[in-house]
Order: sequence, then structure tokens, then C-alpha cells
Amino acid sequence: MNRIHQKLQEDKKILSIYFTAGYPSLNDTVKIIQDLEKNGVDMIEIGLPFSDPLADGPTIQASSTQALKNGMTTALLFQQLKDIRKSVSIPLIVMGYFNPVLQYGVEKFCKECQEIGIDGLILPDLPLDVYQENYETIFKKYGLVNVFLITPQTSDARIRQIDTASDGFIYMVSSASVTGSQDGFGNNQETYFERIADMKLKNPQVVGFGINNSETFLQATKQAKGAIIGSAFIKFLTQHGVDKIGDFVKGIRK
Amino acid sequence: MNYNVDEKGYYGEFGGAFIPEMLYPNVENLRQQYLKIMAEPSFKKEFDQLLKDYVGRPSPLYFAKRLSEKYNTKVYLKREDLNHTGAHKVNNTIGQILMAKRLGKSRIIAETGAGQHGVATATVCALMGMECIVYMGEIDIARQAPNVARMKMLGAEVRPAKSGSRTLKDATNEAIRDWINNPVDTHYIIGSAIGPHPYPDMVTRFQSIISEEIKWQLKEKEGRENPDYVVACIGGGSNAAGTFYHFLHEKEVGIIAVEAAGLGVDSGESAATSVLGKMGIIHGCKTLLMQTTDGQITEPYSISAGLDYPGVGPMHAHLYKTGRAEFIAVTDDEAMQAGMVLSKLEGIIPAIESSHAFAILETRKFQPEEVVVFNLSGRGDKDLDTYIKYFKL
Ligand SMILES: Cc1ncc(COP(=O)(O)O)c(C=O)c1O
Repeated sequence: MNRIHQKLQEDKKILSIYFTAGYPSLNDTVKIIQDLEKNGVDMIEIGLPFSDPLADGPTIQASSTQALKNGMTTALLFQQLKDIRKSVSIPLIVMGYFNPVLQYGVEKFCKECQEIGIDGLILPDLPLDVYQENYETIFKKYGLVNVFLITPQTSDARIRQIDTASDGFIYMVSSASVTGSQDGFGNNQETYFERIADMKLKNPQVVGFGINNSETFLQATKQAKGAIIGSAFIKFLTQHGVDKIGDFVKGIRK
Repeated sequence: MNYNVDEKGYYGEFGGAFIPEMLYPNVENLRQQYLKIMAEPSFKKEFDQLLKDYVGRPSPLYFAKRLSEKYNTKVYLKREDLNHTGAHKVNNTIGQILMAKRLGKSRIIAETGAGQHGVATATVCALMGMECIVYMGEIDIARQAPNVARMKMLGAEVRPAKSGSRTLKDATNEAIRDWINNPVDTHYIIGSAIGPHPYPDMVTRFQSIISEEIKWQLKEKEGRENPDYVVACIGGGSNAAGTFYHFLHEKEVGIIAVEAAGLGVDSGESAATSVLGKMGIIHGCKTLLMQTTDGQITEPYSISAGLDYPGVGPMHAHLYKTGRAEFIAVTDDEAMQAGMVLSKLEGIIPAIESSHAFAILETRKFQPEEVVVFNLSGRGDKDLDTYIKYFKL
């Protein structure tokens, strides 16, 4: 069974952390992953940096630009992760944009992910129909869970469609926004969280975008199975470097 | 061979809508509505009326006698430079603002490089009393000051794109982010035949008025609707798409697309996407684009800000791949000289983008009896600074 499925069956709320590979320094990747696991994080999204990250706000974009300047590439990331399964057992997901994957070769990319022990992919600009038509069989062949996004604007019909196409969890974007663009959740989000909970989807939901402290983590996971923190963690790394990752995680899960 | 978009939004293998789910409701709604709305009699009437009374269409098809003598062929100029705001861009912004109104949107966003599309968007927003926000790379804001001032006078807010390379590609990223953040009230007026389906097709249809007019105008002047060649410069490809549209399936019409070679195709400072590009995804569309082997989008270079885009519209990628169009790359120097030739011989100072198209007359030989229609996509007022510096005027 895929590690993502296993993790989702545990009777707890999932804390998932996103970071950009190659940031702050080129070779921080493995240390960040290990420290996150050590401090009780349940799942990790490893960001493959892209020059033009459309769905990301300034924080993640700046970290991607820096990571590329530092010299991060797809091949190098795979090289860094080569032995990661010797020390890390929580689910690992690669999150990135579709073009670098396409240039690497979709099948080659998926194959190497499987060899490393990557459990899933999140590619926000790979749309559902293109995935189903061209890539689903390849992803499945290499045991990769593909994660789709929904937003408050996504219609019920489309959510059902995405639920059917998903086999893992649904990434619930908390509001109409790019990453890192808001502070706290209001009534709109509460209504949206409830609406989704009431739909009784087959896949559990993990909320992302706008979670930056223990309060927003609790709010987001009242109904949903888990939550993903990205920009707030990147900001923390920018300010404190990679040596105090435990402090960050403890601040979220008090 | 079909050169138009298919029902799935592709031109051959190019096109599609590679967008994050956040954009799906808006793009999908547009996809479902755009052809219906464009076919509505009230839409057509308003669009035609504005093109006539406000833009000043039809734009003349002018026989360039002295240019024809110099190059020993029959050169016609399609005078998009005479449009209100000085370029073809306004054909599209008029169409899209009417579309936005019918979609119930009240806030308009746009990206701009040289500022021509930004000005054309700010203009139609002023006309319709709509809020207008234009994203422009920080570097472009500095080098296109007059157009920034124009947009402000027209009531638009110009927001600097400070990320990445701070030029057109980044302004486009910022506009897309704005749309993600404002999904309900906002319409994004893309300025070229790029972006996710249905944008390339919608923009092409709005610009296709150019070739529609060429047909009847040429019939009047030459007794035939089809020229031997149509020629246009390509940034993202909107003026070219409009110029080619009604000739795509006319086999006897040669299609020539002119790209910016910058300092030279192999110089590392170029925007000749058909030569340097590889299939990939940029701004929601699968097309040819300039990128590293790792799939990171690279920065193009051209002396003309309007041709400084690392991709090319999917229709043109298809025309290139199928060999339907001939692609020629023209350097900064060749374009600047061509701009001077047109000024001296015909009394028309062209936009540097358009100058790229004329520059092929130096190297691409045409027969004396052949009719070659060039799209003169814009006027050179905005480029005077560049001309002054280049020629030390
Ligand atoms: C006068 C003129 N011509 C051509 C272009 C290039 O754009 P496109 O390829 O979409 O026609 C521009 C863009 O700013 C322009 O201002």
C-alpha cells in the first residue's frame, strides 16, 4: 500500500509541510526532510522549483527563483533524494509545475520517483482531462498518487468528478488565492469547509494555502483530514535557517 | 489540414488549457460562452460600430509605390498603425471588453510589455467605465515611460511586476495571479494569441478583421481577393493571426511570419522562438517556447519590447510545424534599417515590431508581379526614443 494511503488511515489530523528544494541552500533538501519527520510532521511536499510558478505568491516564488539560482535541477533533486528512504518513512510528494516534468520525460520522471520512493505528485497546471487522457496510466504504473486541487469556486459537479478521479486525498485550496496571500480564515472559509464536509467525498481532504500558525491549522482541520503549510515555513527558513525546524513544527502543533 | 482550433482547443498538437484549478471556472465559462456571445447580433453590431466609429476601421490597404519600386515587387501595407491608439491591439481589446460586459464582469486586468496592449486596454476601460489594472514589468515601466503615462491618464492603475525577470512574461504571471485572487468580478484581457484555450482562438477571431478587410480591399485594387503573400511580425502572434486568418486555407497564398532575432539567432540574445524554442507549456498553453533543457523558461531579447516574448501562440507553432508558414528571423539592425527605409520612402514611421516584417524585403526576393501584403501593425511614436538612440538623431 502506498504510504499516503497508510498515513491517511491513521486516526489523527495530518500536518503536511511544503518546502522548495534547493532553498535556502542547494543541499538543504535531505536535512529539511529528515528534521521535519523527526519533529512529527506527517507528510512532506518537496517543491521542484519552476521559473514561472503561476499559482504561487511572492514567498514561494522568491524561494523558487533562489533555488534555481543556487543550481537546483530535476536531475539534481533526484540525485539528492537517492537514499532518502534509508532514513525517512513518511509520505513524500513532489509538487511542481508540469513543464519541467514534461521536459524530463513524464515516464522517466515517474519511474525515477518510484525508484526513490516518492508516493505522489501535485502538478497544479496539469488539468484533470489531460491527466486522464494521457498520463493516468503512467502515474499508476509507477505507483504514484496524483493529487488534484479544488477551490471555493469549484462547482459541486466538478468536485464529484475530481473525487472520482482521485485516489489519495484532495488538496483543498482554502480561498480564492495564490499561496501565502492571506491571514486567518473568516466566515467564507468556514462555510466552504462545511460545504465540502457535507459532500461526504470518497477521498479525505487536506487544506492548503493560508495556514500559518496553530490557530489556522486547527480551524482548517476541524472538518478536513489535514492541512498543508508552505509559505509560512519558507518564511521561517528565510529568517531562521535550517537549524531550528523543530521550533516551527512545535509552534503549529502545540 | 485544418489550421484552425479544434473542438478541444488544439491546433494540431499545440494549444489546450494547462491551468491550475483556481482558473478553471473562469476559463471554462469563457470557453462555453465566447462563440455564442460573438455570434449574438447585438454583440456583432456593437463590435462593428465601435471598430468603425471609434477605432477608425476599415484601416486602409495602401499600395506602397516607392517601396514597390525599390524592391521590384508589389507591396501593399495594411495600415493598422492608423487605428486609434496606434496599433492592431485595440481590435482585440474592443472585442474583449464587450465580452467581459456580457460575462457580467466589472473589473479588467491585463499584462503589457511595450505598453501598447496596456494602453489599448486602458482605453476601452475608460470607454466603458470599468476598473482597469495593468501589470507591467518593472524594467518595461522604466523603458516605456510615455505609455505608462498614457495608461494613467486613461484611468488605469499600472502595477509593477517585480518578480523574475521583471518583463512581459512576469507581467503575464502577475496578471494570472491577480485573476486567481479575484475569480468572481474580474476578466483578464490577454493581449496576444496566447494563453489557455479559448484565448488564442478568441483573440485571433477579434483580430481576423484585418484579413477580412484585406480580401475585399485587394479585390478592389487588384481584382482578386488573394495576394501571393501575407507577411506579419510575431511576438505572441495576434497581429499575425489576424493577418493570416482568412488566408490559412487558401493554398495559393504564401504565409510569412517574421520573428525577432535580436542580436542574432545564435547570439544568446534573441526572441526567435520557432528556431530556439521547444515544445512546452507557458501561460497555460502547450506551444513552442524558449527554455532550458530542464524546462525553465528563459528570457528572450529583442530591441522591440512587443516581440520580447519567450513563446509563440499555438496557432503559429502549428503553422511552423506543418510548414504552412515560412518563418524568417530578423535582427535588431535589419529591423531598424527597415524602419528607416519605410520612413524615408513612404513617409510612415513604423513601430519597431512592424519594421521586422518589412526587413525581409532585403533578403527574401519576390517576383515583380507578385502581390505582397505586409501588416503594418503599429506606428512608431512609442519607439522614437529607441530610433533616436539607435540612429543618433
Ligand atoms: C505594433 C505592434 N506590433 C506587434 C506586436 C507584437 O504582438 P503580436 O505578435 O501579438 O501581434 C506588438 C506588441 O506589443 C505591437 O505593439
